[in-house]
Amino acid sequence: MAGYILRRVSEVIPTILLVLTLVFLALRVMPGDPAVAALGEFATPDAIAAFRDKLGLNDPLWIQYISFVGHALTLDFGRSMTNGTPITALLAQALPYTIILALSATLIGIIIGLPLGAVTAVKRDTAVDGLGRVFALIGFSLPDFYMGVLLLLVFSLQLGWFPMLGGGNGFVDQLHHLVLPAITLGLVMAAFVMRLTRSSLLEVLRRDYVRTARGKGVAERWVIFKHALRNALIPVTTGLGIYVLTTLSGTITVELVFSRPGLGTLLIGGVTARDYTLVQAGLVVFAFFVVGVNLLTDLLCAAIDPRIALR
Amino acid sequence: MSEIVLPRASHAAWFSYVTSNRSTSAGIVLSILLVVLALISPWVVPHDPLEQSFIVANQGPSSDYWFGTDSFGRDVFSRVLLGARVSLSIGILAPVLAAAGGVWLGMLAGYFGGWTDRLISRFADLLMSFPSLLLGVMVAAALGPSFRSAVIAIAVALFPRFVRLARSSTQVLRQEPFIEASIVAGRGPLSIMQRHVLPNIAGPLVVALSLWIATAIRLEAALSFLGLGAQPPAPSWGNMIRDGMSDLVGDPWPAAFAGAAITFAVLAFNMVGDALRDMLDPEMET
Repeated sequence: MAGYILRRVSEVIPTILLVLTLVFLALRVMPGDPAVAALGEFATPDAIAAFRDKLGLNDPLWIQYISFVGHALTLDFGRSMTNGTPITALLAQALPYTIILALSATLIGIIIGLPLGAVTAVKRDTAVDGLGRVFALIGFSLPDFYMGVLLLLVFSLQLGWFPMLGGGNGFVDQLHHLVLPAITLGLVMAAFVMRLTRSSLLEVLRRDYVRTARGKGVAERWVIFKHALRNALIPVTTGLGIYVLTTLSGTITVELVFSRPGLGTLLIGGVTARDYTLVQAGLVVFAFFVVGVNLLTDLLCAAIDPRIALR
Repeated sequence: MSEIVLPRASHAAWFSYVTSNRSTSAGIVLSILLVVLALISPWVVPHDPLEQSFIVANQGPSSDYWFGTDSFGRDVFSRVLLGARVSLSIGILAPVLAAAGGVWLGMLAGYFGGWTDRLISRFADLLMSFPSLLLGVMVAAALGPSFRSAVIAIAVALFPRFVRLARSSTQVLRQEPFIEASIVAGRGPLSIMQRHVLPNIAGPLVVALSLWIATAIRLEAALSFLGLGAQPPAPSWGNMIRDGMSDLVGDPWPAAFAGAAITFAVLAFNMVGDALRDMLDPEMET
């Protein structure tokens, strides 16, 4: 196990370097001069040259690369090109909104999706199952941001139950602002969790040991809870990392719908304002999240199912 | 999904399967209808989708403006119809581009094995570890907002799936005697891949292509909603919702109808994709 952890953690280093290289290259092929973008079309050539110098854009590519990787690894992203604020401060402000949203949405998704998946599998081909299928179909077809717009229209505009925009001030107000975005992403997540739970439980219910349990007269409720569901939950648990990351990517659009001041809003704002340093930082932080969550998931899976560590 | 190998079925069997299932045939009919509508939309729109008129701005649905008008007084129905062109063309173009790149890399990995395989697979795994929307946003953000970068972004997000599929199919095929025979006959690897491998793995790849159209349409909508896709004034469903957000209180119709169009298109292509997957892998429960 210790060997597996060491091996898996050491894999992170080349992965992060590769990701950073990709971000670096992607931004160098971006059309247009970032200096012109920041200073406007009518900037004097001197101003542009000075600006490029300040950003290090006149250095050879490999020096730019090394300084970029060094700064990214120490989480020092410099200052925003449009308003001069240190980017680390902007990130520190935005991150809690995104993390709390992603986590609460994942939680909602599991709380709704797990029981729904179990019920539809047990009551297969009944009306309940039919309703579950419709729910899943809607969850997969309705884009999360459109679901957000619809919830906003009904529950904020028409009924006035929830505040429309922003992140809120103070604990209670922030919670109030969290409800609609979290439900939006949570419902989509619930469809994923439900489908996985259902198919996994159906698969387990076909196994021999379930038939044996039934054959020797174990009560059906007991068969399902004690024998089937426990085993069916293994793939669902290992899918947890995917849920968290899918929800994390969903926060980008949903934050825009609800004007929530999170990481997605920051990144998209940076793209719109052509704030090159901010975009660079946003991409790196999102990439770090993916690498980190994947690492945690793999370690969690190995803890649950020790066979993984032996491969 | 990655290990699918297409069973050989006669055309008659395919046809009877497809027509026996109501939701499959509904999905196919709706998808074809959407494509046809997108193709003919410039000639059938009731109003000029770009014509602004402040006299008729922010109207609800009426007999003259079926889906109402937006804050510039443009006809929402015409814009939704024309928006289908952007959504569907990206929705089809991006998976095709992803397949074109991914299939060759996957064949190289599956054919040569060893270091080539390890390098390519590691790269594909890395991309796969990113959720497709996040990857799409990252690429589009780096390239700057445009129609072209939306296509590239979605293609990058889908491409590792084609690498995996082509790799696993090629690995199986690599063991076949007729491939050995070609090698002995002195054919080069690239020529073998083109002449013998590609035609034999084309079936599952085409199915995979159709499976990812719905995903691509949804990604395109998300990207243009974020302002990273096709740029206004050309209507796309995503940027119509984006525009509609600025005046949701006064006029919710553009956002509501554009979103309904996205849902409808994703649903239709999803039904086709699901049916094709079930047909390939009837054991898998959905």
